[in-house]
Amino acid sequence: MGRYVIRRLLQMIPVFIGSTFLIFFMVYALGDPVAAMFGDRAPDPATAARIREELLLDQPLWKQYLHYMGQIFRGDFGTAFNGQPVTELMGTAFPVTLRLTLVAVVIEIVVGITSGVLSGLRRGRALDTGVLVFTLVVVSVPTFVSGYVLQFLLGVKGGWVKPTVSTDAYLDELLLPGVVLALVSLAYVTRLTRTSIAENIRADYVRTAVAKGLPRRRVVTRHLLRNSLIPVVTFIGTDVGSLMGGAIVTERIFNIHGVGFQLYQGILRQNSPTVVGFVTVLVLVFLFANLVVDLLYAVLDPRIRYA
Amino acid sequence: MRGATRAKWAAGTMAVALAATACGGGSGGGGGEEGVLSSSWGDPQNPLEPANTNEVQGGKVLDMIFRGLKRYDPRTGEAEDMLARKIETKDQQNYTVTIKKGWKFSNGEPVTAQSFVDAWNYGAHIENGQKNAYFFGYIEGYEKVHPESGKATAKTLSGLKVKDDRTFTVKLDQKFSTWPQTLGYPAFAPLPRAFFTDHDGWLKKPVGNGPYRVESYDKGSAMKLRKWSTYKGPDKARNKGVDLRVYTDNNTAYTDLQAGNLDLTDDIPAAQLKNAEADLGDRYINQPAGIIQTLTFPMYDGRWGSAKRAKVRRGLSMAIDRKTITQQIFQKTRTPATDWTSPVLKAEGGYQAGLCGQACAYDPAQARKLIKEGGGLPGGKVTVTYNADTGSHKDWVDALCNSVNKVLRDDKACVGNPVGTFADYRNQISAKKMRGPFRAGWQMDYPLIQNFLQPMYYTGASSNDGKYSNKEFDGLIDEANAETDRQAAVKKFQDAEKVLVKDMPVIPLWYQNGSGGYTDRLSDVRLNQFSVPVYEQIKVGS
Repeated sequence: MGRYVIRRLLQMIPVFIGSTFLIFFMVYALGDPVAAMFGDRAPDPATAARIREELLLDQPLWKQYLHYMGQIFRGDFGTAFNGQPVTELMGTAFPVTLRLTLVAVVIEIVVGITSGVLSGLRRGRALDTGVLVFTLVVVSVPTFVSGYVLQFLLGVKGGWVKPTVSTDAYLDELLLPGVVLALVSLAYVTRLTRTSIAENIRADYVRTAVAKGLPRRRVVTRHLLRNSLIPVVTFIGTDVGSLMGGAIVTERIFNIHGVGFQLYQGILRQNSPTVVGFVTVLVLVFLFANLVVDLLYAVLDPRIRYA
Repeated sequence: MRGATRAKWAAGTMAVALAATACGGGSGGGGGEEGVLSSSWGDPQNPLEPANTNEVQGGKVLDMIFRGLKRYDPRTGEAEDMLARKIETKDQQNYTVTIKKGWKFSNGEPVTAQSFVDAWNYGAHIENGQKNAYFFGYIEGYEKVHPESGKATAKTLSGLKVKDDRTFTVKLDQKFSTWPQTLGYPAFAPLPRAFFTDHDGWLKKPVGNGPYRVESYDKGSAMKLRKWSTYKGPDKARNKGVDLRVYTDNNTAYTDLQAGNLDLTDDIPAAQLKNAEADLGDRYINQPAGIIQTLTFPMYDGRWGSAKRAKVRRGLSMAIDRKTITQQIFQKTRTPATDWTSPVLKAEGGYQAGLCGQACAYDPAQARKLIKEGGGLPGGKVTVTYNADTGSHKDWVDALCNSVNKVLRDDKACVGNPVGTFADYRNQISAKKMRGPFRAGWQMDYPLIQNFLQPMYYTGASSNDGKYSNKEFDGLIDEANAETDRQAAVKKFQDAEKVLVKDMPVIPLWYQNGSGGYTDRLSDVRLNQFSVPVYEQIKVGS
C-alpha cells in the first residue's frame, strides 16, 4: 500500500511538469500582455519595454519557462500584474473555492446517492420515473440559467438569502451557489448510482444476504450500496477537480472571489502568472483527488489490493 | 410504510447536512455601518500608485484619497485651485507654483513643494515603469529620465526646481498655455515620504491627502475608506465612509443593488438598461461623461489611408444611422456624436455640436455616392474589428454593419470581426495589423479640448492608433498650445478639428454617458465628468 502510494506520487512529477509546460506555452502564446495594461491607449514604448524586461517577456519562451519552473520549486509563483504575489491570490482564492466545492460535493453525495438508491430500488416505478425526469431537467439547464433564476427568485424577489456572497464567504452564504454548482453533477451521480444499484440488486451476494435473513437496511447499505459505489466514487473524485476549475460561471454569478474568478480575470487581462499558477495547482488537486479515489476502491471492495 | 420511512430518513440526512454546512455563519456585507455607504468596484488593474493608474477603478480610489494642485469641479468641469495658491507664468513655458499652507497627509506629514517634485520625478523615471509617465513628458529633461530606449541618464527632471517649502518652478520644453489645467489629473498628486521609504507598505495601505483615508485594503475584494476628520480641504466628506466592494460582474452588482445589499453602483449592465428606469425611478443616473466612441481607420494601410479614400471614409460615416443605434441598442445612454470632443467640455471648453456637419449625418444617397466616387470599398467590403470580451461591442458593431449594408444594398459589405481578448486586440493595434476600421474609445484625462485631439490625431502621438498624420492639423495644434488666451486657444483647436472633417481618419460615433443607480438610503448622488461618483458629496440617511 505504502509503496503504491509512493509510486503514484512519483508518477505525478512528469504529469505535473508536462501539464505546466503545456499551460505555460498556451498562455504565453496568446501574445504580449503588456499592451492591455495601458487600456485603450497605446503604451509608451519605453515604459512598455521596461515592463517587458521586468517580466522577462523579452526573453525567448524556453528561458521564461525555465525561470518560471525555477521559481515554482522555490514556492514562488511570480507576481500578478497588479503587484500582488500569485501565492497571495491563491491563499485567498483556494480556501473559498474549496469551501464552495465542499458544499457542492456534500449536496451531490447526499442528494445524488440517496435519490439514486431510491430509484434504483424501485426500478420502473413512479419514483424512478420521477427522478429520471428531474435529472433530465437538471442536466439540460445550463448553470448560468439556474444560477441567475435561483438568485433572482430566492435572493431578490423572495429575500430569503443574500443574492451574493461576501468576501468572507461563510458556509451559509455558499449554500445557494453550492446547490447551483452541484446541480449538473448531482444528476450524473443519481443516474450512476441508480444504474449500479439496479444492476447489483440481482447479484448472487445480494440474494444470499436476503436469504440469510439480514434486515433490508443492512442488505442495502452494507452489501448493495458498498459494491455499487465504485463508479460513483470515481465520478465524484474527478468531479472535485472539475468543480474547482469549473466554478467560473457560478463564482461570477454569486460574486465569489475564488479560483474561478481569479482565472477569469487572469484570462481577461492576459495575466499569465495568475493563469499558469492557478491551473498548475488545479492540476495537482486533480491528481490528488484521483489518488484518493484509487485508494478508496480498496476500502469499498477488499478484493482490490495494492501491492 | 417502508418507502415513507426511507424518504423521511433521506430528508433527515439532508437537514443535518444543511445544518452542518450552515455553521460558522454570521453577519456579512449588508447595509454596513451607520453613515457608511457601499459601492461597487472593479479590481484595479495596476498597483495603486498615482502615476501608475490609468483606468477608472483605480482612479476612483485616487480621487478619494488624493488632492492635487487643481481639481476639476464635478459640476462644471472647470479646473479649480485645490492645493495650488497660484500658478504663475509670463511666457507660457516657465511656471512658478505656490502651494497653500497647512495641508497634510493623513499620516500627519505636511504637504510641501518637495512632496510634488519627488512624486513627479518618481512618476517620470523609466525604472519605475509608471504607465502614466508620459504626463510628465512636457517637463524639461523628460527624455533624460525617460529615454525612448536604453537607460536613464538622469534621476530627476531638470525642469523641476524646489525654491522653498511652498514654492517650486516648472520649465516646460515647449509653450503650453493650458498646462496648469492638466494638473487636476491624479498622476500629478503629491506623495508622502512613506511612499519612497516603505513602498510595499504604502501599496498595501495607501496614504494620501484627500477627504478619505484607507482603513483597510483587502486586495481583490474590498477597500474600506473612512472620512478623514482633520482633512483641511473645502470638500470634506458628507458621509462617514465608503466601502468599495469588488464585483466579479456588473450584473451581480445590479442584483445586489436590487436586493438592497449594495447602496451604489456606477456601472449598469447593458442588458439591464431597459429596466433600470422602471426599477430605480429617479435613483437611476444617466448623465454625460467625457467619453467618445469612434471608429478608427488604419491610415498606415494604403487601401484605407490614401487621400483618395477620404471620400470612402466620409461615405461610411454617412452610412451609419447613429440615432437609431443609440436609441435601440444603448437605450439613450449614448448620444450621436457631431464632433470629436464631448459635451462635458461645454461650449466654452471647445465642444461644438454639429462641427462635423453633413459628414456625421445619416444620408444614404450621399453615402453611396461618396463611396462610389472614392473608388468603392477596398476589396468590396469592410470589416469592423472589436474586442468581444468586455462591453457589449458585438451588439452595436452588428447594428452598425447592418446600417452600412442597408445603405449599400449589399448584405456582405460590412462584417464584424471579433477579437477574443482586449489584450490581444490591443496587441494587434500596436502591431499595426488592422486591415479595416476598428473600434476605439477615448476617455478624457482632463476636461480640455486639447486632450480630445492631440493624443489621438497629432503625428506620432501616444494614442494615434490609426497613425494619422497631417501637417496642417499638427500646425494648428501647436499654435493653439502657444496661445495665451484661453478662448483663442479653444478656437484654434476647433480649427484643427475641422481638418478632421475633411480627412475623416476617425469616424465619431457617439458620446457615452455614465450610468449608475443607488438605493433610497442615499441622496445627493451624481457622477463627475469621468463617470465616477462624487463620493464626498453623497449623504447617507434613513
